[in-house]
Amino acid sequence: MDFLVFQIPALTAQAILDGVLLGILFALIAYGMALQWGVMNIINIAQGELVIMGGYIAYFMYQAGIHPAWGIFVSPVIMFFVGVIIYKLVINKVVDRDMFISILATFGISILMMQLMNFGFGSDVVVAQSDFGTTMLFNNSVTLPNSKIFSAVVSILCAIVLTIYMKKSKLGRAIRATAQNARAAKILGVDTEKVYASTFGINAALCGVAGALVAITFTLHPYVGLPYTVRSFMIVIVAGLGNLPGVAISGMSLGVFEEFADYLLGTEFRIATVFFLLVLILLYRRFKLAKKREYLK
Amino acid sequence: MYAFTKKELYICGAILLFLLVAPFVFANFKLQLAFMLILIVLAMTWNIQGGEMGYNSFGNIMFFGVGMYLCVSMQIGVYFPLAEWTESGGEKTFVHEPDQYFKGLGIGLMFAALVPPIIAGLIGYGILGLRGHYFAICTLGIGIASGELAGGIELIGAGQGMTAPPFPKGLGDLEARGQFLYFLCFALLIMTFTFIRWLYTTKFRLVLNAIRDNEDKAEAMGIETMRYKITGWMISAFFCGLAGGLVGTMVGYIEPVEVAFDGREMGVFMVLMTILGGKGTLWGPIIGAVGFHIFKESFWTLFLGWQYVALGVLIIVIVVYFPEGLMGYLREKKPEWFGEVVDDKDRKAQISLD
Repeated sequence: MDFLVFQIPALTAQAILDGVLLGILFALIAYGMALQWGVMNIINIAQGELVIMGGYIAYFMYQAGIHPAWGIFVSPVIMFFVGVIIYKLVINKVVDRDMFISILATFGISILMMQLMNFGFGSDVVVAQSDFGTTMLFNNSVTLPNSKIFSAVVSILCAIVLTIYMKKSKLGRAIRATAQNARAAKILGVDTEKVYASTFGINAALCGVAGALVAITFTLHPYVGLPYTVRSFMIVIVAGLGNLPGVAISGMSLGVFEEFADYLLGTEFRIATVFFLLVLILLYRRFKLAKKREYLK
Repeated sequence: MYAFTKKELYICGAILLFLLVAPFVFANFKLQLAFMLILIVLAMTWNIQGGEMGYNSFGNIMFFGVGMYLCVSMQIGVYFPLAEWTESGGEKTFVHEPDQYFKGLGIGLMFAALVPPIIAGLIGYGILGLRGHYFAICTLGIGIASGELAGGIELIGAGQGMTAPPFPKGLGDLEARGQFLYFLCFALLIMTFTFIRWLYTTKFRLVLNAIRDNEDKAEAMGIETMRYKITGWMISAFFCGLAGGLVGTMVGYIEPVEVAFDGREMGVFMVLMTILGGKGTLWGPIIGAVGFHIFKESFWTLFLGWQYVALGVLIIVIVVYFPEGLMGYLREKKPEWFGEVVDDKDRKAQISLD
């Protein structure tokens, strides 16, 4: 184990900044998950695959000679339709059922998408170069790629736009009403079927934006979707449903935690740490609630 | 234990006879058949906590993988230095004598059977306090994390994997090895079936069902649910570990992500087979496992590379359209087969209400 990261302040600052920027991106994905969890009562295991798929759209734009950053406009549009199609084919049949059914069904979708992407896009690790350059801070001791800053800014803007949309628009109102009480909303004339379809579509579109950002800041590979799902699940259970500042803060903390784990344990244990953290968080919540004789609902 | 009914006795006798004769009649499919028996064991044991208790676990694959690693490494470790074995690729430098092979396998299987329940007991108090989908996701995390962890341990070959000791050369060829392993699996199946059939006639099953139907009420009735939940999980872990040990010996090569802790294949198969047959029944998982295995073996080669796509579609179709499984379907259509008394008047009255 290497404690150098705590001895050199510049490294600590680097890890924290990297983690915060990364965490904002995670929070965006988690926001989508919280949205559909709250509205449709569904945990989408295929969330990570939607992200990766959105990333590949940006990557193909890069291949075609267009700057991949434009992917943040193109890939949500495509992903929205992908989401609606997935909803129409599978999700609408599992919405009202037991949650385990939805977990298993989306697990099936996840395996399916993983393999289709493997066939369609190849099994190589790919990167979309953004050529944004880097920013030096604190006497050149901390290096920040501009692409990461760009991704954090876009994520924040995205979250703000979506929040306003949820508050002001008619569809947003319908979504919130359905989340509160689907039956009552139906009685009052809300087309819940449409609301569900668009919620899933909006979630997929968010994943598309996040995916495009992942493509320019990190690497893409068909099989790395599941960690994104687990991260967003973690963020949502820490923050709670419908708590946007909470999602942002827990996302950033997760990012910082991961960066430090990266420095301390080595990159090869990064994914293992994420999964262990998930188990630890769930256990912590469970024992805390058990004191009051309650359990996670 | 309740005695077998006459019909059940005929069915069991026929199956027993078939399984005894099968390795000689279908000599080429011995290992596939042995694998099917293992799948039946896995489905039946998943059903204990998945179907009867209502705790849907994706993490039983951990016990399977732990059993597999333990069995093989004990079999080697009793007689040879394990670190050198994994480093040298094993079978070239060290050779198990027949005597050593069988004793080692016995010791290995013993460990594979006993350690997973201990692990289940230790983590059970924490994990089983989670309910519903939290439990499902947490166990999913555990399954994957244990695979990642096993990939980091040098002693058991890390990400490269390790080889299991080959069958001793003096005792005959592949034929003999196949028959030996087949009958081991067969013995495991008989053991599992007898035990679980007995278990399902006891009060224990009723308690598990009570937990599934309403845990709060079960607790309020004075049942110490946690103790029963842990016991149920430990029983699952025991058989999963044994099955893992046998699969490790059968496959001959262990690798953390693709073979031992393969949550994407074996971990989902267990769940899928049980749901296909019908959760919470004795025969459902058996029928589901047999059907799934036959489907898989006959069509898997057709898909050639598209297996995972087919698997994904299969999961979605089964989960969306047959969540109650075959037994559930039968129960709805032919309730009298399940010993339920059907009042025709009552049934008609219900239909007219709809």
